[in-house]
Amino acid sequence: MTYVIEGKKDSWQVVLGLEVHAQISSKSKLFSVASTNWGSDPNTQVELVDCGMPGALPVINEYCVDQAVLTGLSLNAEIKKMSIFDRKNYFYPDLPQGYQISQFEHPIVGRGHINIEIEGKVKKIGITRLHLEQDAGKSLHDQDIKNSYIDLNRSGCALMEIVSEPDLSSPIEAAEYVKKLRSILRYIGSCDGNMEKGNLRADVNVSVKREGEKLGTRCEIKNVNSIKFIQQAIEFEAKRQVNIIENGEKIIQETRLFDPNKCETRSMRSKEESHDYRYFPDPDLPPLIISDEKVISLKEKLPELPDEKKDRFMREFNLSSYDAEVIVNDQGIANFFEKLVKGRDSKVVTNWITGEVFSYLKKINKDIKNSGIAPEKIGSLIDLIVDETISNRQAKEVFEEYMKSMDDATTFIEKKGLVQLSDQSEIYKIIDKVLSDNPKMVDDYKNGKDKLFGFFIGQVMKISKGKANPKLVNELLVKRLKE
Amino acid sequence: MNDFENLSISSAIEGLANKNFTSLELTEFFIKKIEKNKDLNCFITSTFDKAIEMAKISDQKIKENEARPLEGIPIGMKDLFCTNGVRTTAGSKILENFVPFYESTVSNNLWNSGAIMLGKTNMDEFAMGSANTTSFFGNVKNPLGSKVNKELVPGGSSGGSASAVSSGLCLGSTGSDTGGSIRQPASFCGLVGLKPTYGRCSRFGMIAFASSLDQAGPITKTVEDSALMLQAMVSFDKRDSTSSRQSIPDFSDFKKLSIKGKRIGIPKEYMIDGLNSDIKKIWDSGISWFKSEGAEILEISLPHTKSALPTYYIIAPAEASANLARYDGIRYGFRHNADDLNDLYQKTRGFGFGKEVKRRLMIGTYVLSAGYYDAYYLKALKVRKLISQDFEDSFQKCDLILTPTTPNVAFAIGEKQTNPIEMYLNDVLTVPASLAGLPAISVPSGFNSEKLPIGLQLIGKPFDEISVLAAGAVIEESRGF
Repeated sequence: MTYVIEGKKDSWQVVLGLEVHAQISSKSKLFSVASTNWGSDPNTQVELVDCGMPGALPVINEYCVDQAVLTGLSLNAEIKKMSIFDRKNYFYPDLPQGYQISQFEHPIVGRGHINIEIEGKVKKIGITRLHLEQDAGKSLHDQDIKNSYIDLNRSGCALMEIVSEPDLSSPIEAAEYVKKLRSILRYIGSCDGNMEKGNLRADVNVSVKREGEKLGTRCEIKNVNSIKFIQQAIEFEAKRQVNIIENGEKIIQETRLFDPNKCETRSMRSKEESHDYRYFPDPDLPPLIISDEKVISLKEKLPELPDEKKDRFMREFNLSSYDAEVIVNDQGIANFFEKLVKGRDSKVVTNWITGEVFSYLKKINKDIKNSGIAPEKIGSLIDLIVDETISNRQAKEVFEEYMKSMDDATTFIEKKGLVQLSDQSEIYKIIDKVLSDNPKMVDDYKNGKDKLFGFFIGQVMKISKGKANPKLVNELLVKRLKE
Repeated sequence: MNDFENLSISSAIEGLANKNFTSLELTEFFIKKIEKNKDLNCFITSTFDKAIEMAKISDQKIKENEARPLEGIPIGMKDLFCTNGVRTTAGSKILENFVPFYESTVSNNLWNSGAIMLGKTNMDEFAMGSANTTSFFGNVKNPLGSKVNKELVPGGSSGGSASAVSSGLCLGSTGSDTGGSIRQPASFCGLVGLKPTYGRCSRFGMIAFASSLDQAGPITKTVEDSALMLQAMVSFDKRDSTSSRQSIPDFSDFKKLSIKGKRIGIPKEYMIDGLNSDIKKIWDSGISWFKSEGAEILEISLPHTKSALPTYYIIAPAEASANLARYDGIRYGFRHNADDLNDLYQKTRGFGFGKEVKRRLMIGTYVLSAGYYDAYYLKALKVRKLISQDFEDSFQKCDLILTPTTPNVAFAIGEKQTNPIEMYLNDVLTVPASLAGLPAISVPSGFNSEKLPIGLQLIGKPFDEISVLAAGAVIEESRGF
């Protein structure tokens, strides 16, 4: 389904391009040995170059270069043998050098692409480039009535700016793109993708056009820091642009900000007001040369990426495309799945992961890696369902309590007295009681009121206090009613 | 008390080793001399207590036969090198009270070699100047002015360093050379000034003017002293990404190097309009000295020489406009009272920087601006490549290039102040080697009719400082004074 905005006069398409800023997960900064640890006291992680001291010089952190190359490889992109660091000049109190070291004309990574899946269809999204740059510090305006304060802990942290082609055409595609990108970055470990901490944030370029028209004038929405906000910002901005054009006015190219409280975008600065950054090659840094050997050795380090894993899961475990996508999105879940599925039915395992496990993780607000859940904990419970010791329903009911307990599944359900009733003669006793208690209904059923079957099941389960094996109850009830 | 005024570093090392005098005696002599010559305004900050402390340690080391190469040698440190705990101003109001908590690699190397810091020498503000008249801390006087009863400039930007050595206030000093800031003041003050190959000396902790050109070097009385100081200053430094890993030779090996059979190139393009006739004469003498030492003299062409000065005055200000952006009053240095952020920037930088610095920042900002970048900065980068290529081609034919250092001798304070271009022309013969990153030395080679010194410049192949020093020694031996 194409995303279309119905204006008063016409139907409109949306054209979107994203610039994602991903902070590299490295212990030290892009050009200094200062720590990048998050949440430390202000200005405690600052080296000479991070606070722009006279005579301070930047020295490239090779680890960050490797992470950028790894990321480039995982985006199916061209790794440039030579790239150049430039100075982007502007004045701001949290920019201590008076310029940001970035890459302008010659980025480290060139064209590539990633695939996203929308309603079962794969769409290829082009990557224009990836470049390395320094993050700025932080201005704190809420500490004092008269003064602003500066925290330079973030100053100089390594960012990768990943620029997409304008290949995205709906808010949901933009969301899927960011999710996929984040998944890839997490797989290779180059960025933790934590949007709350600002480790991943996006500038969204939005324009609208009628079908068949050329690209419209775009507006850039700066620094959107959640996937939900990205969607909301696009929806608002696209409608705003449609209204303007349909009212006979023109879109002004400008930079806008998204206000999540009001769910709207606001003008930040127009193109005329935009800075002239006066980029020029940083004379403190020689060109960055990447050898073929380095690219080869980093390629060998690449893990199985989400798309490859998904294909394999579909092949090896017969997962549907949808299930496989959900499972591989988080590498931790994918690993968990692979351990859990060994010797078990993949459909059952998938349902338990995407159902109970996901909602439990959401409830405790943790991801699988730091949740401490061992695959065997879930596995032993699933095994008891499969061998019909307990019912699926029983298992679901006690799941949370079970997760909090230190017991294995067998001990836990024994303690809870949850063993399933699977004795045929016992179940027949209950069935017979239910049927003899309700002779009128039995007659009605036999005269064609099929729906009453559910009533009988319910009565049996009620009398057995939920312990009766539902499958067996079903089977035996059918037999009895046929007699 | 000994008179150490005319002592060279090499003879001081000998004297200290032979226990003819102590480092403390030397140091105290220079401290007194500096105090007596305050009118020259060579030093922005003196560090006498520190010097005496260092001298005592040196004397102890000498006593224990543990003397390091420059043990006990009192020197001046250009106020461009950050010195831990000692105010470092770069000659600017904006850093008037700036005290670094770190040490530049070059100064650190010197202290580790046993050198003693007498103080921080005056300089043109952020090394932007050719007469030491742009310093916030006032003009420096050339001691040789007394010969002609004029107040002469010492040259710049390392004017305080040159004047201090020339007037015997220290045994040697550090300078920094971006377009001639070591060689030109050395020439004006009758001294040896050496700019090593770009990358020889670490730029870490040296306050940046134009990063792709800045290079530290020594200002001394003799070529031998120059080699001694250079040896102590150079090092590969992982904190400077442009620092060279080229192996470091024993520079005093220049003494073993014969100039016989070497090919000395004389670039015809350096015969510029307005070249002082006395200087031309000395240049000719230089040629004859090398001839009689058995060198081969050949005329060479460096066709892009005339473009070097404009190229330099685009690239250097462009880099400076970014390098000096950090002086914003936010974190350190001078901060002017202000109503809001823009006001703070404008007043801090407006009052914190001097006129010449502001002029160059404006030029630099202009040449990098959208719409002008290609016509100025990009073109300048291309011309810079051509200039380097000129040298590379010439060094296929010759081993060294001999030229005058400056088109004129030291001029009076106040001269050439009306038109900045006239001041910039001082650098016309020194900037080409700077743009090409080549080692170059200025050696006193004679005098004009008023007995003011004239220096000749020798430019060498990349990292061939030894040949440059060896050729400098030929001039020293041949000039007859």
